[in-house]
Amino acid sequence: MARTDQERSAQDGSEQGGSEQERTQRSDHAPDLSMRGGRPTHGMTVAKSKPKNTFGTIRRIWSYIRPYRAGMAAVFLFTLVSTVLSLIAPYLLGSAVDDYIIPGDYKGLAGLCAVLLSVYAGTALFAWLQQHVMVKVSQLSIQDMRRDIFARLQLLPLRFFDSKTHGELMSRTTNDIENVSGTLNQSVTQLIASILSLIGSLGIMLYLNLWLTLLSMVTIPLVMLFTKTVAGRTRKYFSKQQANLGELNGFIEETVSGQKVVQIYRRERHAGEQFDAYNKKLTEASIQAQIYAGTVGPVMNVLNNVSFALIAAVGGYMAFQDWTTVGIVVAFLNYSKQFQRPLNDLANQFNLVQSAVAGAERVFEIMDTESEYENEEPMQDAGRLRGEVVFDRVSFSYKEDVTVLNDVSLTASPGQTIALVGPTGAGKTTIINLLTRFYEIDSGSITLDGMDIRLLDKDSLRRKLGIVLQEAYVFSASIRENIRYGRTDATDEEIEVAAKLANAHDFIMKLPEGYDTMLVSGGSNLSQGQRQLLTIARAVLADPVILILDEATSSIDTRTEMHIQSAMRTLMQGRTSFVIAHRLSTIREADEILVMHQGGIAERGSHEQLLAKRGFYYDLYNSQFKLPG
Amino acid sequence: MLKLFRYLRPHWVAAVLAPLLMLLEVAMDLLQPVFMARIIDEGVMQNDTTRILHTGLLMLGCAGVGLLGGLGCTVYSSIASQRFGADLRRDLFRKVQTLSFRNLDELSTGSLITRLTNDIVQLQTMVQMLLRIFVRSPLLAIGSMIMAVIISPKLAGILALAVPLLFIVMFLLIRATLPLFSKVQNKLDKVNTVLKENFAGIRVSKAFVRAGYEKRRFHEANADFTDASVKTQRLVALNMPILTMILNVSIVAVLWFGGKNAIDGSFEVGSLVAFINYVTQVLFAVSSVAMMLVRISTAKVSADRIQEVMNTQPDIVSPSAPVKQVEPHGEVVFDQVSFAYRADSGKPVLQDIQFRAQPGQKIAIMGATGSGKSSLVALLPRLYDVSAGSVRIDGVDVREYDLAALRERIGIVLQETILFTGTIRDNIRYGKPDASDEEVVAAAKAAQAHDFIAAMPDGYDTVLGQRGVNLSGGQKQRISIARALLVRPSILILDDSTSALDMSTESRLQQELSRLMSGRTCFMIAQRVSSVIDADKILVMDDGRIVAEGTHTELLASCELYRDIYQSQYGKEVSAHG
Repeated sequence: MARTDQERSAQDGSEQGGSEQERTQRSDHAPDLSMRGGRPTHGMTVAKSKPKNTFGTIRRIWSYIRPYRAGMAAVFLFTLVSTVLSLIAPYLLGSAVDDYIIPGDYKGLAGLCAVLLSVYAGTALFAWLQQHVMVKVSQLSIQDMRRDIFARLQLLPLRFFDSKTHGELMSRTTNDIENVSGTLNQSVTQLIASILSLIGSLGIMLYLNLWLTLLSMVTIPLVMLFTKTVAGRTRKYFSKQQANLGELNGFIEETVSGQKVVQIYRRERHAGEQFDAYNKKLTEASIQAQIYAGTVGPVMNVLNNVSFALIAAVGGYMAFQDWTTVGIVVAFLNYSKQFQRPLNDLANQFNLVQSAVAGAERVFEIMDTESEYENEEPMQDAGRLRGEVVFDRVSFSYKEDVTVLNDVSLTASPGQTIALVGPTGAGKTTIINLLTRFYEIDSGSITLDGMDIRLLDKDSLRRKLGIVLQEAYVFSASIRENIRYGRTDATDEEIEVAAKLANAHDFIMKLPEGYDTMLVSGGSNLSQGQRQLLTIARAVLADPVILILDEATSSIDTRTEMHIQSAMRTLMQGRTSFVIAHRLSTIREADEILVMHQGGIAERGSHEQLLAKRGFYYDLYNSQFKLPG
Repeated sequence: MLKLFRYLRPHWVAAVLAPLLMLLEVAMDLLQPVFMARIIDEGVMQNDTTRILHTGLLMLGCAGVGLLGGLGCTVYSSIASQRFGADLRRDLFRKVQTLSFRNLDELSTGSLITRLTNDIVQLQTMVQMLLRIFVRSPLLAIGSMIMAVIISPKLAGILALAVPLLFIVMFLLIRATLPLFSKVQNKLDKVNTVLKENFAGIRVSKAFVRAGYEKRRFHEANADFTDASVKTQRLVALNMPILTMILNVSIVAVLWFGGKNAIDGSFEVGSLVAFINYVTQVLFAVSSVAMMLVRISTAKVSADRIQEVMNTQPDIVSPSAPVKQVEPHGEVVFDQVSFAYRADSGKPVLQDIQFRAQPGQKIAIMGATGSGKSSLVALLPRLYDVSAGSVRIDGVDVREYDLAALRERIGIVLQETILFTGTIRDNIRYGKPDASDEEVVAAAKAAQAHDFIAAMPDGYDTVLGQRGVNLSGGQKQRISIARALLVRPSILILDDSTSALDMSTESRLQQELSRLMSGRTCFMIAQRVSSVIDADKILVMDDGRIVAEGTHTELLASCELYRDIYQSQYGKEVSAHG
């Protein structure tokens, strides 16, 4: 129950995963133990997502269970015991009729009742033990799996994150893992139990009576035939329903997110009409899908009844002919149920396991993605640096064939401020991405105090760099922790000093809980300017040799901006700084201005020099800063 | 929740047929054990083969009839539930369309989407189950009990003990688990928060080399979640064993007491076997009823959430007797306007706003974040209504205009750019779907969007992903400006909609705007002095009030706040000369 609830929330808002919707309940008529919001569907409608390398993936899943293999062994044992016990019970029931009730043996009946009671008690006890242990085993293995995927994500290069949407990543780290967890928790043991009771009941039935056994199997070909014909269709209609639901939900999400624009442009009615079309399509498809899926319950039911009737009638006739006994017929009525139920379930469980394996495969795929630290020689520590940065004929492209930087060379002496200006898309941010080795250059070299940065340990390199990004990202933690992000071992005093230098102290103190104020995820309880000040404090605390500032502050009002600016100025003192500059004042104060244009450096020099050149910068300056009058 | 059931009314035939047909199936199922008892007691025991044969055939016949019932129920319950869901979804969507901005703020977009998608599906599923298993299980339980009483009133006493016991145990277990579920949910939310933050903040975490710290943070959330899950699922794991234990103890009791009676001849063997069958059915049905209660309680949450939206009164509606269209000049007057987002709480966002914009003027608004700029312009197209005072356009209070007619006259480009899936062309002509291609191109050219659109492989037919994901911020802004310009409104409002443009693009845009908007009133919220420098009037806002108004030169001389802003962008020396 818990699992299914989690699954639903994991998908909350995001795409309606096919796997959840199409996940199934055992049968229309069995008590529904799940709290799943999906449709009540049936055995063979489980989403078929087939793993590519089932065996390898299962072995890998096993490696997560291995540490708990004692528990797993216990689970197998418990499952075995409880299945065997549950197989004995109908035999005892039959024998009660034949051996004690019909002959009239009170004492024997009492004894048998006692045995039966303990068999039942044993079944329940071991079934419980099995679950009790399995819950722990599966949750712990999944915890490890989640830990590993998170650890891997921390190592993956930015390129990886660029190529995936957050939704996609969330889906892999939550849905897929939950899927594995749920399957481990239930389907695996159920699968074992099903197979055991299938074999067991078949064995006992054969032992009791061959002909009745064959009779119980009469309906099996019918079940299979039906399953085969209906399954294909159901799956077809279900995927149509899923596709339509996806379309409708996508439309709803987009329209409601843009509701304000819909209203401003008075498109409510039009949106309503579009909605109706999607809604109608979905309804038609889902009625079909539901009807097809819904036939499984009644048909299985009738086949059970037919089997029941056949055993009762033919068995009765055989008992009458003395070919068998009433007790055996009674036992058969039970065994045929025990035999058919796992048969119905097996296909379903198998599909669940299969889709979980496919999910695990997607998880492992992330774990196998090459990290940005891979294939690196043992690296040199950056050590103490003066902060001289040289780009030598650097070229780079994010995608093949689309060159973003072409043959860029630049030199920043220790302590200098380099301003990068130019239109959007000219490659300013790329320079920063390369210096931090978020991306690797295609050709040329970047050196830091004469050392090629590719020979430096990535982490030690990044520790020397302080980065204040345009989007001031804060985490859901206290303000103090957010600033401490810059240097984990900083004391509270150091944090306050940094905040003061960053002009953040004042506003922090005005908050009701000061430095202990908890920020919500994304920091929406602070203004963007305040968040920016925090990130500056973070950089101050990190005390980097080289500073990288993306100063675009378009959405910050100019007075807050003044605070930020003076904070940045403090920060820049005595450090080599790269600034993606938007403000004239920063540009004028820079030691060198690099005017970026179409992936190259169009012009370079000081403000006055560049103005005197009357080139690209001059135009840019005039259009941007020159005031009429 | 009951209120929503009226959505079943149009589909009442199906909604009534489904349970009736299910009744048929259940009745047929219930007959099976009796017939079987008859085979044993009247056939086998009394050596009557024709009895065995006839009864067997009868059983098969019943099974066939039951199948018809079951299939019929499936068909009608599917029709009723899916149509129910469709109608409910349609009405909810229509309702959302009528909500005011304030309503939307209060309900929150994300939650509205969940209500329209998940919650409706929840209810739809519930209705479907209601018409199928919710009918089947109680019927089966009651039917089996009746059959049991008919077979042996004495033995039925065992059921009288077992059924209430089962209910109590289930109730206690469910009550104990429900709060644990929400705890697990909270822990899971924490895990997801850490994950999401790491996807969104990956650059920061890499830049500061904080992988280790993040791993610890994740580990904490992960371990907490695991603990909570284990605890909850272990409690859930108690369910089935206890349930089957009660069931099986009852069966043993029946076997013992029934068996004794069979031995002394007061009870027949076949009836005993049939009785055991009924007991099994009763107990399974009862436990599934208990589970349904859980389902209903979750569905109730969904129903309440839907109901909440349905009951929301849109607080901005068109007046019943709107004024006839006045000759549109574009004169705007704010008269003693105060405004608060929520009537009940806190201090107003705008206080005592008083100003006048002549037709054709360009009014710029500057001020710090949160000083009330966006709120001020939102009052014009009645995205929100004033708390006190009045906003008049051409001498008429905006609340007296027909709402659609008012909004048609006003073009507003919101701070947050929202584009829709579809081609760029469709997005630009969003406000005027019948606009010609020439109009679209003209609007795009004016908004400085034509060049980059034309440079795309598919030009104006380029399909945008959801919310325009394949465009840069500046490109999105320009398309949304083009969208507003195409409507040729008599009043244009740009709410900080040029922030992502570089300055040269912006200055070209400004020139185009002055040309296009000549004779039309234009409101412009901006951060950059360069954007407002040629405005006829600049309103400087601070903390919900207008602290100064005038032209650039006037304000530079008179307003210290404005001077601060100016200097922050151009540095001291420039301003000294400028």
